[in-house]
Amino acid sequence: MTILVTKETKVLVQGITGGAGAFHARQMLDAGTSIVAGVTPGKGGQRFDDRIPVFDTVAEAREATSADASVIFVPAPFAADSVMEAAAAGIALIVCITEGIPTLDMVRAREFLAGTGSRLVGPNCPGLIAPPVSQKLGITPHRVTRPGRIGVISRSGTLTYEAIGQLTALGLGQSTCIGIGGDPVGGMDFVDCLDLFERDPETDGVIMIGEIGGSAEEQAAAFIKEHVRKPVAAFIAGVTAPPGKRMGHAGAIIAGGKGTAAEKIAALKEAGVAVSPTPAAIGETMAGLL
Amino acid sequence: MKIHEYQAKELFRKHDIPVPAGEAVFDVEQAAAVARRLIAATGNETVVVKAQIHAGGRGKGGGVKVVKGEAAAREAATKILGMQLVTHQTGPEGKKVGRLLIEQGMGIARELYLGLVIDREKRRICLMASTEGGMEIEEVAANTPEKILKAWFEPAAGLRSFQARDLAFGLGLTGKQMNRGVKVMQSLARLFAEEDASLVEINPLVVTAEGEIVALDGKINLDDNAAFRHQIRKELRDESEEHPVEAEAAALGFSYVGMDGDIGCCVNGAGLAMATMDIIKHEGGEPANFLDVGGGADAETVKQAFKIILSDARVKAIFVNIFGGILRCDVLAEGVVGAAKEMGIEVPLVVRLEGTNVEIGRKILADSGLKIHTAQDMGEGARLAVGLARGEGGAK
Repeated sequence: MTILVTKETKVLVQGITGGAGAFHARQMLDAGTSIVAGVTPGKGGQRFDDRIPVFDTVAEAREATSADASVIFVPAPFAADSVMEAAAAGIALIVCITEGIPTLDMVRAREFLAGTGSRLVGPNCPGLIAPPVSQKLGITPHRVTRPGRIGVISRSGTLTYEAIGQLTALGLGQSTCIGIGGDPVGGMDFVDCLDLFERDPETDGVIMIGEIGGSAEEQAAAFIKEHVRKPVAAFIAGVTAPPGKRMGHAGAIIAGGKGTAAEKIAALKEAGVAVSPTPAAIGETMAGLL
Repeated sequence: MKIHEYQAKELFRKHDIPVPAGEAVFDVEQAAAVARRLIAATGNETVVVKAQIHAGGRGKGGGVKVVKGEAAAREAATKILGMQLVTHQTGPEGKKVGRLLIEQGMGIARELYLGLVIDREKRRICLMASTEGGMEIEEVAANTPEKILKAWFEPAAGLRSFQARDLAFGLGLTGKQMNRGVKVMQSLARLFAEEDASLVEINPLVVTAEGEIVALDGKINLDDNAAFRHQIRKELRDESEEHPVEAEAAALGFSYVGMDGDIGCCVNGAGLAMATMDIIKHEGGEPANFLDVGGGADAETVKQAFKIILSDARVKAIFVNIFGGILRCDVLAEGVVGAAKEMGIEVPLVVRLEGTNVEIGRKILADSGLKIHTAQDMGEGARLAVGLARGEGGAK
C-alpha cells in the first residue's frame, strides 16, 4: 500500500496550461498518473493535449470529474489562493509545487485549511510519488524510482532524488516519497508523514531528509521516540552552513543560533534514528537497518 | 531583505508608531543642518548621531553618539561617516558607513522590548514583549525566558485588543501608558502583515520622562517573496549593503553564499547544494561557496555559474553536482564543455551528472580533450575535487 494516494486517486492540475504545469502534467501522465482534469481560470472548455478537459474553477472540475487530489503549478502571487480554492471545493489532497510564495500568504492559507478536511503537501516542494500505484503528483523524476516498501520524507527536492536514486541502485524500492517543502510555513510536516508511514503495513522503513532552520526535525525526533517502531534513517543537510545566511530555501536559515544541523542530528540520534554521515550514504544507512 | 533603521522608522511613522524627530543624511553639512533644525524646533540641545548599516551592535562599535549642540553633532558626523564600523554582526572587516540618522535626544524613564517574528511551529505571527529593553533579546531568552511575554495571532484577524492589553499590563504599563502601549502593539502587528515583514523589532521601546511611548530604535526585515506587491521595496534597497557576488547571482535566479574554502560548487537544488558542501568537508576539503543554480539547469546556466564561482580567486577546483532527473545529461555535458572551452577554465573540473542519457553525457565530457574528471556518484566527486584542490592528480 501507499500513503496519501491510491490507484483510484483522481488528480487535477491547477495551472495546467502554463509552461511548468503543461510540462509536468505530461511527465505525470508518462508516469501513469490518473489526471482527470485541469484548471485555468478563463480557459474552461478547452482540452489539454486533446484529452484532458480544462475547467475555469476547481469546483466545476470536481463536480464534473470527482477529482480528489490537486497538484498546483500556479505562479507564486496566486498560489496560496489556488490552495484555498482547492480546499473550498473539497479536494482532499492538495500538492503545491510553486516556489516563492509570500510566507504570510501561507499563514493565511493554513488558517483557511484548518476548517476543512483537506491535507496540504508543500509548497516549494517536488510533491509526492507513489511508485507501487504509478501515481506521481509533482515533479520527481519517476524513472529513478522503483516500487517497494521504503517511505521517503524530505524538505529538499534534488536531495530527495539523490536518496531515491541510492535506494533504487541498492534494489530497495519506495512505497511513497513525499517532498514537504523548503518554506518556513507549509502543510504536512515530518510528524504527519511519519505517523502515516508507521501505520502503513506495506512500508518497512522510512528515510527523512531534513536541513538547517526551524525545529521540525527535533519535533520528528520526539515523535519517533514515542510512536515509531519502524526503522528510520535520516540525513540533515547544512552541517557546513554559516549562521544567519539563507541557504537557498526560505526556511533554511540558522537564526539566533537556533536550527543548526548539529542540534537536529543530536536529537535524531537520541531518538534512535540512524543518521547518515554523508549525503552519499543515505541508501546504505537505510539498508543497514533492514 | 534588510532595511536601514531610518527606513524602518519611516514605516513606523506611516503606521502611527511614535518615533523621535529626525532625518537621514549622506554628508556632514546635511548632518549639521538637521541638528540645527532639531535643536531649534525642540529647544533640546541633545542630538543623537547614528550610523546606518545593516547590522546590529552599532552603539558598542562606536557608531552611535549622543551629543549636545550643532558643533558636537558636526564633529560626531565627521567621525562616523565613512568609518569602517565593526560590530558582532559585521564580521572583522566591518561595514563602511555611508548614511547617518540625526535624531532628537530623549529623556528616558524605562526601556522595553517589542519584537515580531513568524513562529514556524505555530504557523502564526508571534509578538514578543519584554521589560528587558536595550539588552540582546537572545540573551534574555537564554537566561531569563520568563521575562519574554508572547502572544500569537494570524494576519487576517490581527492582534486582538485583549492580547495587547495582557502584554501591556505584563510590561507594567498603566493608565494612559497602557493605552499607548496597546496602540503601538496593534499598529506594529498591522505593519507586520501589511508590509509583509519577516521580522520587526523595537529595542528599546522607551517610556519617556513625559510618559510617552516612543520607538527609539527600529529593525525590519521584509519577506523577499512578497516583493512583487510592494513598490516601495525598490526605494528601500541599498545596493551598497549587498554582497556584490550574491547580488549578481540573485539577479540570475541563483542562490550564492560565499564561504572560506577553495572548492567551488555548482549544484541544482538548495538541499543538494548544502549537502555538496557537507560532503566536501566530510572528505577533508573546504567548500568555497554554496551555489544553487535552480531546478532546471542548462548550458547557459552552467556558464553563468562558472563565472560566479571563479570570481573568487581562491577557487582551486570546481565540483559540478547535478541531479537532473528529467534533465538530459548530454545537453548539460555539452554545456559544461562549451563553457569550459569558451572561458578557458584553468582549474580542474569535476563533474557528477545524474539523469536521462547519463552515459552519453559522460562520454561527451571524456572526449572533450579538457581536463574534466567525471564521477559516478557525489562521494567520488567530492573525493576527486578535494584531491585536485590539494594538487594531487585525480584519476580521470
